[in-house]
Amino acid sequence: MAYDKFNVLVSRVVPMSAENVDTDQIIPARFLKATERVGFGDNLFRDWRYDSEGNPKPDFVLNDSRYSGKVLLAGKNFGSGSSREHAVWALYDYGFRCVVSSFFADIFKNNCLNIGVLPVTVTAEFADEMFAEVEKDPLSEVKVDIDAQTITILSTGRSETFDINAYKKGNMKNGFDDIDYLLNLKEEIGKFAEKA
Amino acid sequence: MENKTLFDKIWDAHVVKSIPNGPDVFFIDKHFIHEVTSPVAFLGLETRGVSVLYPEKTIATPDHNVPTIDQDKTIKDKLSRMQVERLRENCQKYGIDLHDLGSDHHGIVHVIGPELGITQPGMTIVCGDSHTSTHGAFGTIAFGIGTSEVEMVFATQCIMQVKPKRMRITVDGELGKGVTSKDIILYIISKISASGGTGYFLEYAGSTIRNLSMEARMTICNMSIEMGARGGLIAPDETTFDYLKGKQYAPKGEAWDTTLAYWKTLKTDEDATFDLEYSYDAADIEPMITYGTNPGMGVKVRDMIPSTEGMEGSEKKSYLKSLEYMGFQPGEAMKGKKVDYVFVGSCTNGRIEDIRSVANFVKGKKKADNITAWIVPGSREVEKKAIEEGLVAILEEAGFKLRQPGCSACLAMNDDKIPSGKYAVSTSNRNFEGRQGPGSRTLLASPLTVAAVAITGKITDPRDVFEN
Repeated sequence: MAYDKFNVLVSRVVPMSAENVDTDQIIPARFLKATERVGFGDNLFRDWRYDSEGNPKPDFVLNDSRYSGKVLLAGKNFGSGSSREHAVWALYDYGFRCVVSSFFADIFKNNCLNIGVLPVTVTAEFADEMFAEVEKDPLSEVKVDIDAQTITILSTGRSETFDINAYKKGNMKNGFDDIDYLLNLKEEIGKFAEKA
Repeated sequence: MENKTLFDKIWDAHVVKSIPNGPDVFFIDKHFIHEVTSPVAFLGLETRGVSVLYPEKTIATPDHNVPTIDQDKTIKDKLSRMQVERLRENCQKYGIDLHDLGSDHHGIVHVIGPELGITQPGMTIVCGDSHTSTHGAFGTIAFGIGTSEVEMVFATQCIMQVKPKRMRITVDGELGKGVTSKDIILYIISKISASGGTGYFLEYAGSTIRNLSMEARMTICNMSIEMGARGGLIAPDETTFDYLKGKQYAPKGEAWDTTLAYWKTLKTDEDATFDLEYSYDAADIEPMITYGTNPGMGVKVRDMIPSTEGMEGSEKKSYLKSLEYMGFQPGEAMKGKKVDYVFVGSCTNGRIEDIRSVANFVKGKKKADNITAWIVPGSREVEKKAIEEGLVAILEEAGFKLRQPGCSACLAMNDDKIPSGKYAVSTSNRNFEGRQGPGSRTLLASPLTVAAVAITGKITDPRDVFEN
């Protein structure tokens, strides 16, 4: 599925410092019953965001009116557990385009890149400074430049480069997905399959 | 020639094309699908106007959201019913083999693949489910993928993957009484942590692993993902070949001999190097149980919950938050804590050997009054064997309730939910917050430990029950 192109993003930051946030928290299994990719944002972090009666829990960051933005700043080992791509659909649908963490789970990171949410891995020190800045001033912003592969905390000017392979970078910038690429390789794949 | 790991041999043999500074175009031999992560992928095909390239390489079964009672009746839950019906329509439309509810080989996708002999050494296997790593027990590269990748496999039989690094975990020595393969893997995860395998593909080796049955090996490979690893494999050997011989989809006659000769070549070369190695002594492993909200938070059943000494900042905060959810305190003993539910089942421990071990343990005993005990076979085949061997009669006599095959309370997508605040000791693979139902509290353990808990009604080391 095509997604919005990603070039330069300047945005406020939503901080969530919990470590080992698994995809069951991002979207609980009981909300995976759809047959179409619509409306997942409503159930993003469902059980942390709402009580059992459906009332917003005031101490959860997505219910805290001080914070908003397209960048989610997450704790270590974000997105572990289930391979459900629905977790990234929920983040995207809610409005996040970039997740920053010092450590991502593997399948989650792949899923992000496949549907147009940029995972930015930073050092633990950089993440700490981002947490400190957004705590000091929830209006503070970061700039994520995919071409330069840099993330900058605008209030302090601190900047760091991040890794992304050239192929995926091209996809993110153009809003392409892997299937477009693979469909063009059908002949080579056919030859390979005959051999296998 | 360069010495290679088994992982490298299988991986390299499946690369259609390498993109400079990018991923490999990676060919998939077998693709398993289920009702939850496939419908959007099928929709994607329709939107693009493409078909399934090699439908014979995909195998389907509904397992995640299906009810485990009255499977012969219409599914009551509307959304679950729609997903299962959509799977049927899509399989029919594209000519995909479906092991439907009620059919002889219905079951959890990672249980039926091996039991039908579809899973074979040297293959690459994917499924939109992270426990696809189970199939690594046969010497395969098997891992979970997202729905976009499911669509890629439908359309092109390939996905784009960056090759992971290699890690070997060696376990040597003899296991003590009451110690099972589930304890081995919970022990390893408690050492390496829930993220320590991230970026790696694992190989399990050593005499302890070699001496395990295929089903016990599957339990180990199944939980590779709980360390963050994409998957983990075990080199095939006589145990593997004996298991596969005569299975429905295994090669027969002359083809068996040719294939077997190839399978026998599938091992890591002696001087091959790994990016990271861990070694453990089987004698150090005891019955294990988790106390927190990720599978890395595990201790020996007879041990205490670790204190917060040496922890600070967000690590300490996350640790205390996890214990608060569980209703536990640092430093408390695990033994003796009251339990409300036990669950035997899932792709981790829902096979016949698991049910045998529980049945043998509870034979002639009764479950404690405070325990609700569910046993959910991983497949129809497992269910059939359990009835034929008289295990179901023993279990029912002990007060266990047998349900029909499916993922069930492992992820509680159907009605098999643990109520909020209640404690479940479970043979499944994840103890995440709310995993077994909103507010539920899960403790992971082996089938044997679960059986001991069922009898005593509280957290119990199975060896203590043997001794009495």
